[in-house]
Amino acid sequence: MRKPFAITLDPGSSLANHTGTWRTLRPEYVDRLPPCNGACPAGENIQGWLYHAESGNYEAAWRLLTQDNPMPAVMGRVCYHPCESSCNRTRLDAAVGINSVERFLGDEAIRHGWHFDKPPASSGKRVLVVGAGPSGLSAAYHLARLGHAVEIHEAGPVAGGMMRFGIPKYRLPREVLEAEVRRILALGVALHLNSKVSSVLESMQRGRFDAAFLAVGAHIAKRAYIPAGSAAKVLDALSVLRSMEGEEKPLLGRRVVVYGGGNTAIDVARTAKRLGAEEAVIVYRRTREKMPAHDFEVEEALQEGVLIKWLSTIRQAGDASITVERMVLDEKGFPQPTGELETLAADSVVLALGQDVDLALLDGVPGLEKKDGAVQVGPDMMTGHPGIFAGGDMVPAERTVTVAIGHGKKAARHIDAWLRGTRYAPPPKHEPATFERLNPWYYSDAPKSVLPTLDVVRRQSTFDEVVKGLDESNALYEARRCLSCGNCFECDNCYGVCPDNAVIKLGPGKRFQFNYDYCKGCGLCVAECPCGAIRMVPEEI
Amino acid sequence: MSFQPVKFYQTGTFTVGNRLLAPEERSVQANLRRTNSLNSGHRACQGCGEALGARYAIDAAMEATQRQLIAANATGCLEVFSTPYPETSWQIPWIHSLFGNAAAVATGIAAAMRVKGREHVRVIAQGGDGGTTDIGFGCLSGMFERNDDVLYICYDNGAYMNTGVQRSSATPPAARTATTMAVGAEPGNVFGQGKDLPAIAMAHRIPYVATATVAELRDLEAKVRRAMEFRGARYIHIFVPCPLGWGHASDQTIRIARLAKETGIFPVFEAENGEVVSASKIRRRLPVEEYLRPQKRFAHLFGKPPRADLIARMQELADRNIRRYGLVDTSGAQR
Repeated sequence: MRKPFAITLDPGSSLANHTGTWRTLRPEYVDRLPPCNGACPAGENIQGWLYHAESGNYEAAWRLLTQDNPMPAVMGRVCYHPCESSCNRTRLDAAVGINSVERFLGDEAIRHGWHFDKPPASSGKRVLVVGAGPSGLSAAYHLARLGHAVEIHEAGPVAGGMMRFGIPKYRLPREVLEAEVRRILALGVALHLNSKVSSVLESMQRGRFDAAFLAVGAHIAKRAYIPAGSAAKVLDALSVLRSMEGEEKPLLGRRVVVYGGGNTAIDVARTAKRLGAEEAVIVYRRTREKMPAHDFEVEEALQEGVLIKWLSTIRQAGDASITVERMVLDEKGFPQPTGELETLAADSVVLALGQDVDLALLDGVPGLEKKDGAVQVGPDMMTGHPGIFAGGDMVPAERTVTVAIGHGKKAARHIDAWLRGTRYAPPPKHEPATFERLNPWYYSDAPKSVLPTLDVVRRQSTFDEVVKGLDESNALYEARRCLSCGNCFECDNCYGVCPDNAVIKLGPGKRFQFNYDYCKGCGLCVAECPCGAIRMVPEEI
Repeated sequence: MSFQPVKFYQTGTFTVGNRLLAPEERSVQANLRRTNSLNSGHRACQGCGEALGARYAIDAAMEATQRQLIAANATGCLEVFSTPYPETSWQIPWIHSLFGNAAAVATGIAAAMRVKGREHVRVIAQGGDGGTTDIGFGCLSGMFERNDDVLYICYDNGAYMNTGVQRSSATPPAARTATTMAVGAEPGNVFGQGKDLPAIAMAHRIPYVATATVAELRDLEAKVRRAMEFRGARYIHIFVPCPLGWGHASDQTIRIARLAKETGIFPVFEAENGEVVSASKIRRRLPVEEYLRPQKRFAHLFGKPPRADLIARMQELADRNIRRYGLVDTSGAQR
């Protein structure tokens, strides 16, 4: 080997020395399940779509989002965002405003007129969807994208279900709902309005459907026995909210009492305030901590001047007043009567005590099981009758729009498998990306952006939307607060911190790969990975 | 300050790269075409801070000089693990002569380049703390005093690691080494000795002196780049934890360096012509225990009973650094 004067060694000749043989532990790239994704009832890949939103690619973000949930503009307004409650960023400052970014993406899609891709091929199968609420629309969307012909039969005069008749306008403007419904129908889904299905088997036979998804919801108001004078005005919450959609607004009077402690009770009280009531009082038998309504809604209602009478039940309703009894909580947390009575002035009483399901369309369906006023379904969302699936408020689950949308997706996958004569096996879940897996040192300090809200005076008198959306720069900022828990976001840390230059960078979007010929297994890449997307496993020796 | 951090981009400039930043805003280490001046196959221990610091610094210097660079290397870990005959991990023109003469060799190379009219070829001398603060100190001081056109980089791991962890004049007080055992009333290295080489370099009034750690890549690269903008003698002191000699897990190297900075044990600053011009602020100030406890060389401070008195003296040293270099942002805009 002849070399020039004073040159003794070839550059980089140490490559002959494979230091990978020193290793007893080996690093491996993994994808872990971010807590937001794990908590989402609709199964959204939140970390995934935020990744696109971070780089300003909103359409890609929207397309990934809508693989799981066809209604982000609606969901960005009405979802109670369990994703944010579970967000790892709460351990640093405050949760990422996932819900508000979702709303921004939904609004962008409406603004730009983005459309869903049509299914590649038709399966030739026909599916009947009963009910055009969130669950039925979600199932129809997913089934249509899987190539099935879908017909929705809706008993009411418009689509939307509880999204239209249960959620007031100031939380969900109707043009937003209509735009997202239209986009689902544009996939070729047929919607028949004012078409009540009275017997599901008959309808299936008549329409030659191969399967059915039932999502009729729950809209029979629960009643409580209250002795009432002949002139007393006692209404139920759902009919009040439903009549808000018609020409004639409900006449509630100047002093309105709402009985119940759920979100519907809050919705009615806030609606009454907007209709001009001087006093809107919620009477609830337990305390604020025990109230099923979401705290931010309670807070917004209180800001608007809604009064809440805690630990009280209604004993009697007269024509211009009601009698309430004060309660105390026993050691088990149940309210017990005290005998102390009080009179409240009230022109009307609205009962918001929950809803039951109208199960009449299922009469005579063999194999089908009903329990506690709900339809029983298996883990595949199929009822006891093969080919008939159900979801949303009519099956036992938490009754929220997001859960309903999740049911629609889940049912659609199982219906698709059932139609093909197979079973849908969900892919195994990744291990959770807990906060302890992260190296939070690397994240910039960035507090949550606060959404602008409508002036209180206007909230008390109009049905304008209360919470405003993010603009583009805010949305981008909010998306970039994401920690990308458990999933590589190409920060180049592993590539940089390896003392042995044993990480191969594959280029934008392609992530990294280990060069096990030289990796000594020191674990620096694992310790310094901000998002916990690398793990160490024992080497087989 | 030569390095302007970017905020609010998910990780800002804390991470090595960041896909949300423009390519010119990313670090040299994030670049697919970085030189990898110290390539794979070297025989440094798992998690070696010096191997990491050397690649960071020399890659940045290669980038800053359009790859017109020669390095002279003192004896020490860096030389031994990178160049056991007949192999070398270096992918740059590199020369090793003796333990104590790296600064003098580099001075000679710089003189030769000047004579040949090839002054665009820049010269680096590098070594560990032993070769710099002890054995090569005379040559180094001469290089400073003559203001020779050399950037000297010291990788400080606080002892002679390659020969079995013997004390150097950069070993911190209370640290156990093979020659400062954890016995007696004042176990480990004595307080009040050792050399503060960045301060000594500043006392020579050379154009540029800076300190850096392997935990802050962006800052380190900015300082190498800045150093290359000067002609004359320059000095960068890089804090490089040693899993073997310090007794910490191999995956903790960067975290230990970060803790040294966040506690104030190691001040990160830069000075021009003998005056401090900027200091890297502490982001989240921590007590020195956080830095000392994970290291076995300080384990005797946490025995039964713990040596609260010695820990307090270490805290005093850290507090002095914080005062002297203004390491805590008092304007309220820290982080």
